[in-house]
Amino acid sequence: MSTPAIPISTTEAVRRPRTAPRVDRSGAIVEFWLRAHTLLVYLFLFVPIIVVVVFSFNGTDRRVTDWGGLSLKWYGRVLGDKIIQGHLINSLIVGTSTAIIATTLGTLAALGLQRAPRWFRIPFDALTYVSVIIPEIVIALATLVFFTTSFDVTENLTGFRMRLGFPTIIAAHALFNISLVLLLVRARLSGMDRTHVEASYDLYGTPWRTFWQITFPQLLPAIVAGFLLSFTFSFDDFVITTFVSGPGTSTLPLYVFGQIKQGVTPATNAVAAIMLLITLAVLFSGQWLTRKGARRGESVATIVANSG
Amino acid sequence: MAAEAPLAPSVTAAPRTPKVVTTPRSTRVRSGLVTSGLLAGATLWYVLLLIAPLAIVVLFSFGERTRIGGYAGGFTFDNFATAWTNSSPFTTSLFMSIGGTVLCLLVGLPLAYYIATRAGNRKSLLVILLVIPFWTSFLIRTYAWLMILGPTGLAGFIGDAVGDSSFRILGTPVAVMLGIVYGYLPLMVFPIYVTLERMDRSLVEASKDLGAGRFATFRQITLPIILPGLITGSILVFIPMMGEYVIPQILGYGRTYLIGNALVNEFLTARDWPGGAAKAVTLIIIMLIAITLYLWFVSRGRRGREVSIV
Repeated sequence: MSTPAIPISTTEAVRRPRTAPRVDRSGAIVEFWLRAHTLLVYLFLFVPIIVVVVFSFNGTDRRVTDWGGLSLKWYGRVLGDKIIQGHLINSLIVGTSTAIIATTLGTLAALGLQRAPRWFRIPFDALTYVSVIIPEIVIALATLVFFTTSFDVTENLTGFRMRLGFPTIIAAHALFNISLVLLLVRARLSGMDRTHVEASYDLYGTPWRTFWQITFPQLLPAIVAGFLLSFTFSFDDFVITTFVSGPGTSTLPLYVFGQIKQGVTPATNAVAAIMLLITLAVLFSGQWLTRKGARRGESVATIVANSG
Repeated sequence: MAAEAPLAPSVTAAPRTPKVVTTPRSTRVRSGLVTSGLLAGATLWYVLLLIAPLAIVVLFSFGERTRIGGYAGGFTFDNFATAWTNSSPFTTSLFMSIGGTVLCLLVGLPLAYYIATRAGNRKSLLVILLVIPFWTSFLIRTYAWLMILGPTGLAGFIGDAVGDSSFRILGTPVAVMLGIVYGYLPLMVFPIYVTLERMDRSLVEASKDLGAGRFATFRQITLPIILPGLITGSILVFIPMMGEYVIPQILGYGRTYLIGNALVNEFLTARDWPGGAAKAVTLIIIMLIAITLYLWFVSRGRRGREVSIV
């Protein structure tokens, strides 16, 4: 930032032939191109989201892209629709349960790993990375096969057939999100200033008090970020849910996917806009909540960006 | 879980205090119990929902399919041989993912560069704006393109312009490519942005002072320094692209047949679990190769440690 006058923006040069002018006017061209590029990419990222929101206010009864004037009627229909309400409630149940489990277990594991022996820590770390990296479709199918097979086994043993439902969805969602919280909290722990903890011990603070008064407040932004991220990922998840959900536990993303297959309507857009509103409300409340406890200039977004 | 919670507090205390060395045996045992308690929940999850499902898939990949589908015990490499001979979903996925990664690089590098060096006080706003799409539903962002690219949208517009009313974008690999680049672009930008942020910019000044031009400075100074970020970004977008399933379903109408679609087809439609399992294992092996190459690369230079994979 302190060196705006120096033409460092040589990204342009890479794709240009060597004969292109390198000095003088090229600086201005490069600056202009960088700006234009950035603007276009942000448009590219946001136009689809804007299109969904704008067309959810479309008053038309015909095709979704025929503009029929501003109207809230689709929101009225969607919010009054019992089926959609059911899917929304299911999504909230799944998202909240997953976030609670993932935040608790992920935070505890991050704290436990600090004191775990090396022979345990290394394979555990490997599993954490595997659970984050492995493609969702692979883990979804593997989990489905695992559930089906173990249900077969338990049925043979007990005569009772377990079914796919909330427990299977939440259990499958929690895997990825435990690792996510673990990584966020651990990053925070490793960057933590230990002098306060040591000062607390010098002043005869018990481990219990030291944890709640010193460590926990410092970890809180990461824990909150982890909770909100887990909720959003679970609330929005389609791939895993579609394979491990059972009768009556279908979530909102599954409903939206069904609608897409039949053809997008303004009602689909209204449901989507409501989903966007919920997740963005979560993001911004988290942003606001963590602003106090966070380090200067840090927020949920930057915690995520820097660890993402 | 609830029972473990009260044990949490002593965590930060134990490791570095010299007291640990002289504490009586009972305290050490208790400390070990606390550690196990803290890790029990996550470990249980990893064992039941990660190791067990993957182990079953590996086991099934060597098995045989029964006539009604599902799995029958056995030990054969036939499923892998079949996966090898019907490799078209793999090659399609590889081409799409490599192409998508290159496009993300071309689009993401200048963007990260602008945010890191030119954005000034709007920097954090631009970062947040980059997080928002990442934070919102993948499904919604993907289906939005149905309206934009559809016959009443961009495809109709281009069709009118070139005088071809049958011109379509949806259902073609182009739409799928656009979808995956759109979906994963932020994952490319974050690591590049972070490396650019941490870079010592006085090196660039020094290069200029020594008379190097734009191109030389970028190639000899900036590029080597941010290379780990570029590689990290590439692996972060390449891996989910390889396993993509939803985008080809929605924007490709299922016509661009990637591994993810092949897997679902084998497991659910054909009910050939061993066949699907062999493909899943092959996909995991491809990814392990990519990650090994990545780790090998970053361990070559110490700079690589600045950016971890997640």
